[in-house]
Amino acid sequence: MKLMKTLMVATAMTAVVVGTAQAKQLVYCSEASPSHFDPGPQTGGNDFDASAHTIYDRLVEFAPGSTEVVPGLAESWEISADGLEYTFKLRPGVKFHTQPYFTPTRDMNADDVIFSFERQWKQDNPWYEYLPGMTWDYFQGMDMPGAIKSLEKVDDLTVKLTLNEANAPMLANLAMQFASVVSKEYADQLAASGDMASFSTQPVGTGPFQLVDYQLDSVIRYQAFPDYFAGKQPIDDLIFAITTDASVRAQRLIAGECDIMPYPAPADIPTLQGNDKLTVLEAEGLNIGYMAYNTTEAPFDNVNVRKALSMAVDKQAIVDAVYEGAGQVAKNLIPPTMWSYNDAVVDHVYDPEAAKKLLEEAGVSGLTTDLWAMPVSRPYNPNAQRVAELIQADWAAIGVTANIVSYEWTEYRERGKQEDRKGPFQIGWSGDNGDPDNFFGTLFSCAAIGVSNYASWCNEEFEALIQKAKATTDQAERTALYEQAQVLFKQEEPVLTLAHSKVFMPMNKKVLNYTMSPLGTHSFVGVDVAE
Amino acid sequence: MLNYILRKLALIIPTLIGISICAFAFVRVLPGDPILAMAGQHGVTPERYEILKEQFGYNLPIWQQYFNYVGGLLQGDFGVSLATKRPVLNEFFTLFPATVELALMAMLFAVVIGVPFGVLAAVKRGSWIDQLSMSVALAGYSMPIFWWGLLLMMFFSAYLGWTPVSGRIALSFFLKPITGFMLIDTLLHGNWPAFVSALRHLILPAIVLGTIPLAVIARQTRSAMLEVLGEDYVRTAKAKGLSSRRVVNVHALRNAMIPVITTIGLQVGLLLGGAILTETIFSWPGIGKWMIDSISKRDYVAVQSGLFLIACIVMVVNLIVDVLYAVINPRIRVK
Repeated sequence: MKLMKTLMVATAMTAVVVGTAQAKQLVYCSEASPSHFDPGPQTGGNDFDASAHTIYDRLVEFAPGSTEVVPGLAESWEISADGLEYTFKLRPGVKFHTQPYFTPTRDMNADDVIFSFERQWKQDNPWYEYLPGMTWDYFQGMDMPGAIKSLEKVDDLTVKLTLNEANAPMLANLAMQFASVVSKEYADQLAASGDMASFSTQPVGTGPFQLVDYQLDSVIRYQAFPDYFAGKQPIDDLIFAITTDASVRAQRLIAGECDIMPYPAPADIPTLQGNDKLTVLEAEGLNIGYMAYNTTEAPFDNVNVRKALSMAVDKQAIVDAVYEGAGQVAKNLIPPTMWSYNDAVVDHVYDPEAAKKLLEEAGVSGLTTDLWAMPVSRPYNPNAQRVAELIQADWAAIGVTANIVSYEWTEYRERGKQEDRKGPFQIGWSGDNGDPDNFFGTLFSCAAIGVSNYASWCNEEFEALIQKAKATTDQAERTALYEQAQVLFKQEEPVLTLAHSKVFMPMNKKVLNYTMSPLGTHSFVGVDVAE
Repeated sequence: MLNYILRKLALIIPTLIGISICAFAFVRVLPGDPILAMAGQHGVTPERYEILKEQFGYNLPIWQQYFNYVGGLLQGDFGVSLATKRPVLNEFFTLFPATVELALMAMLFAVVIGVPFGVLAAVKRGSWIDQLSMSVALAGYSMPIFWWGLLLMMFFSAYLGWTPVSGRIALSFFLKPITGFMLIDTLLHGNWPAFVSALRHLILPAIVLGTIPLAVIARQTRSAMLEVLGEDYVRTAKAKGLSSRRVVNVHALRNAMIPVITTIGLQVGLLLGGAILTETIFSWPGIGKWMIDSISKRDYVAVQSGLFLIACIVMVVNLIVDVLYAVINPRIRVK
């Protein structure tokens, strides 16, 4: 009893201490620990949330809540008529964070921009591998080494980027996390002191928040950067409370221990929506879950067989059962929120009888095939095993036998890439930069066979369309080309487009001005909390 | 005695070799390629793949990889985490105090509740108290930790609001770690409200983690007590007219505790195993959660060295228990 009393008094004291704090604080229950705070070599969304979107800025940015590219550290830019030269005018007077471990002596300038790219690009740069075994996955994955011819300093506040050939998605690429601008002055200081590894743990950026403390696997603390070029943020302290389990995140949100959380478990969404202290934002995800036929394997090399198999699948039933309302049937490769989406494309109607007939006409009977199911839950497909079972049942109805195959996740993707893979393969994609080429080119160009073209599909006509679209800077013209590409894609049916998922963001009602990014990133720029 | 300890120590060397082989093999049996896992969504070019493979020594024959690994261990080099590119040993010892703190609290909970219930059940053998405590112990032993943790959390934290949902301390406290033990650190900082917050955060995870040891200890205490109560010296003590309270507490309990102490020692391994789930549920920043995160990130170096370190710690604790046991019970030394 005495203990209870002591506890209660102490709790009251705690409350007083909390109550007297003046600083405005926002607690974000993040889903995983960041590997470190250098956005260049990172690949995970949680890594980017903890570094690129808090500590750093880029030359250009995606406008909040959209995939439109707007000025960032570059105030303006000019693109030459042939689309090869980009000249960026940098914003003057941009400060880097002052930290106990670094005091900047100059503002951000062209040297920082060039250093930020060269460390990822030039293998002889001393920072190319400043941590053991480091790779610049996004810089390479977006084929920047192949695209960039040169990057030069014109003057302190002007940078000129020259490309090998016109590349329309380039501007959007530069708004991606890997293109964050880091401090060359800080890097030089660390190199001189022989402690280069600290670059990833004691970050210095120009961004809206600066790192205060990170306790491994537990909590990351930031404070608003008072000299941020766009003005200090409305909140003073930003705290990431690392909470890996989705149900626990929901409990913490309900208990008021955090103000906002990503990736709720589908089962928790109704409870969260029903709680009158909370708001649950929802948005269409910039993603696609699909099943790739191997178009080089008989009988899937016959377009009519592919069509028949697609027609036999009740996509709506799958979306209802597996996505539990958090998704919509996909007819195109790109989601409807993306520009150039062709709504005129007509999807195959679910019709097992017609499918059976089509198979017969193609001379296929008693087909037995493997059917691949991912071992992990992904935003674009929460339960691929279940989807596989439903497809298996649908196909059984037209006399096709499917054996479900699965491997460990990295192994799964590796085996899926093989050109001689047997059977249709479930996979999906979440957009990186909002450009259609990030779907069409990345996933279905001929060059992507063996990399990310799981259908091993190389169609000359389609290839010509997407390559032309990539090299064109006029958006209207690009839109027309991608619309045509989508028509062709549906005619050829290299994949069964399954669904685009919805994303949810539950938060306390006191959180103001939070905008969901279609790119799935979490940024707290401009967010405020009601007192 | 010295002889006994030396004999025990000599056993450690083959055990360590065995553990290192198991940890090394376990990671290689796990599916997935660590180099590919490092590369993420976009994959790596084949040239870069070869370079990385060589850099991390994955191109060498398996026995050579093993000897390099053991050679590193002997020099205190536990490798560099594939995810953070930092020495694994640093991360391990940053997080280890949190696990120890939780395990000690769980054990305290298990002993403080388990021993009295075990004694009571033995003394009142066959009564409803006996039956109730043994059914509760059985239930506790078979409780799935994940479900039990979420259940307690939903009821006490989210519904009643009595205890915090997860974490080690309220986020409004920002204390630099000194020892890594939150209860000690908050006191060293002289911050009483922070100490209380840390204590409150320990309650639910300690109960969840302590549930299985509690059940085991209660049952062990009961059976040890029953055995001892049947011994001649207890009958003699009773015949001398000592109060039954004195007989139980002094004569019987002391002797019954010997096997119970061994059980407690053996529970350490179990606690570290249970910590993997408990820490994940309560976002407790300890090695259990770290192991799970490392596995999901395919950070094989961290998993391999983490397993080795945990195994070493369990072994050392068991050694200490053995020695203590031998001190208490001289017969053991001779065997």
